[in-house]
Amino acid sequence: MNPSLDQIWQWLETVPDPEIPVISVVDLGIVREVEWQGDTLEIAVTPTYSGCPATTVISADIELALRRNGIKNIAINQQLAPPWTTDWLSDTGRKKLQKYGIAPPQSSGAPQNCPQCQSADLEKISQFGSTPCKALWRCKTCLEPFDYFKCH
Amino acid sequence: MDPLFQLLLRMGDNTLVLGHRVSEWCGHAPVLEEDIALANTALDLIGQTQMWLGLAGEMENKGRSADDIAFLRDIWDFRNLLLLELPNGDFGQTLMRQFLFDAWHSIQLGHLINSSDPRVAAIAEKAAKEVAYHVERSADTVVGLGDGTDESHARMQAALDYLWPYVGEMFQSDAADLALVKQGIAPNPASLRGDFDALTRRVLAQATLTIPQDNYAQKGGKTGARHTEHLGHILCQMQWLQRAYPGETW
Ligand SMILES: [Zn+2]
Repeated sequence: MNPSLDQIWQWLETVPDPEIPVISVVDLGIVREVEWQGDTLEIAVTPTYSGCPATTVISADIELALRRNGIKNIAINQQLAPPWTTDWLSDTGRKKLQKYGIAPPQSSGAPQNCPQCQSADLEKISQFGSTPCKALWRCKTCLEPFDYFKCH
Repeated sequence: MDPLFQLLLRMGDNTLVLGHRVSEWCGHAPVLEEDIALANTALDLIGQTQMWLGLAGEMENKGRSADDIAFLRDIWDFRNLLLLELPNGDFGQTLMRQFLFDAWHSIQLGHLINSSDPRVAAIAEKAAKEVAYHVERSADTVVGLGDGTDESHARMQAALDYLWPYVGEMFQSDAADLALVKQGIAPNPASLRGDFDALTRRVLAQATLTIPQDNYAQKGGKTGARHTEHLGHILCQMQWLQRAYPGETW
């Protein structure tokens, strides 16, 4: 018998994002759909940024995690529409990011607080950061630079 | 050639060739933040190339992947705008080219989002979100450097004067374009000129730069009729590995 979809989602929640390993691919909101077609598990994954090099690694990690749990037939499909948005980042994902030192995305387009000292006195250093999904900001209170997960 | 296939090559070759040019800055930009920004922009463009050329290969149905189309065609099969194959020049010229392309690209994608072909619309929607960042950043940088020191201003004006003759090609329509308009797949290139002029006039005025009066347009890139000598040099560097070791993976 096929494992239940609830069980599958639980397994997927253990698959970390390769670039930001504190959040899972489910927290990131890139797993769009999971369903059984006969004995094949079909998974729709959407890329965060079209050129993000992590995309292929993520598909491989998902497949590996599910195989480890005994699933044999897995089809991972890339789904472009609707395009990924940071609105799909889960609330737990946002909290984990902040704790990890990455300010979570805000609809205002700017981080709310410094992840180190919580100050709101911040300045943008660069719109692009260490990965396509991040911008570089600095806290004017504790003077620490930090990554901001861009609203997208 | 099928008009839709032509459109996919034009979109994909634009992002491929510019993505390659911008990636040439990796490790050479004037400051670290700009280096990272340029590398990220190049990455977005290459990612978009995979989508456009991937769809081109799919609809052509001859078993060619995006990689095959990118790495195994020669100069005459490329359909990118001439503007994008020009050498980078200095940092200012690179950002001026980026701004002129981003301005057109953002407007073009805005129309393609409403394409009657859902595959084209999906790629456009994905790409448009990234290009919104590109144009914001390139416009800011053009204003910062144009309205900067005497030296940066002079360099940006020289870049604009040099690149302007390559702008007109973006708005030239041919039979393929008109067929796409009829099918509701893509806008008429000529119809984008108004929005482009409004955007570039606003930003370039803020940058204290003067748009050249002469609207003479270099052309031949998007039709493939006549590329500049520079495209061959790009392909030489971009394609040598796949040509020397066909099908090589690692
Ligand atoms: Zn702080």
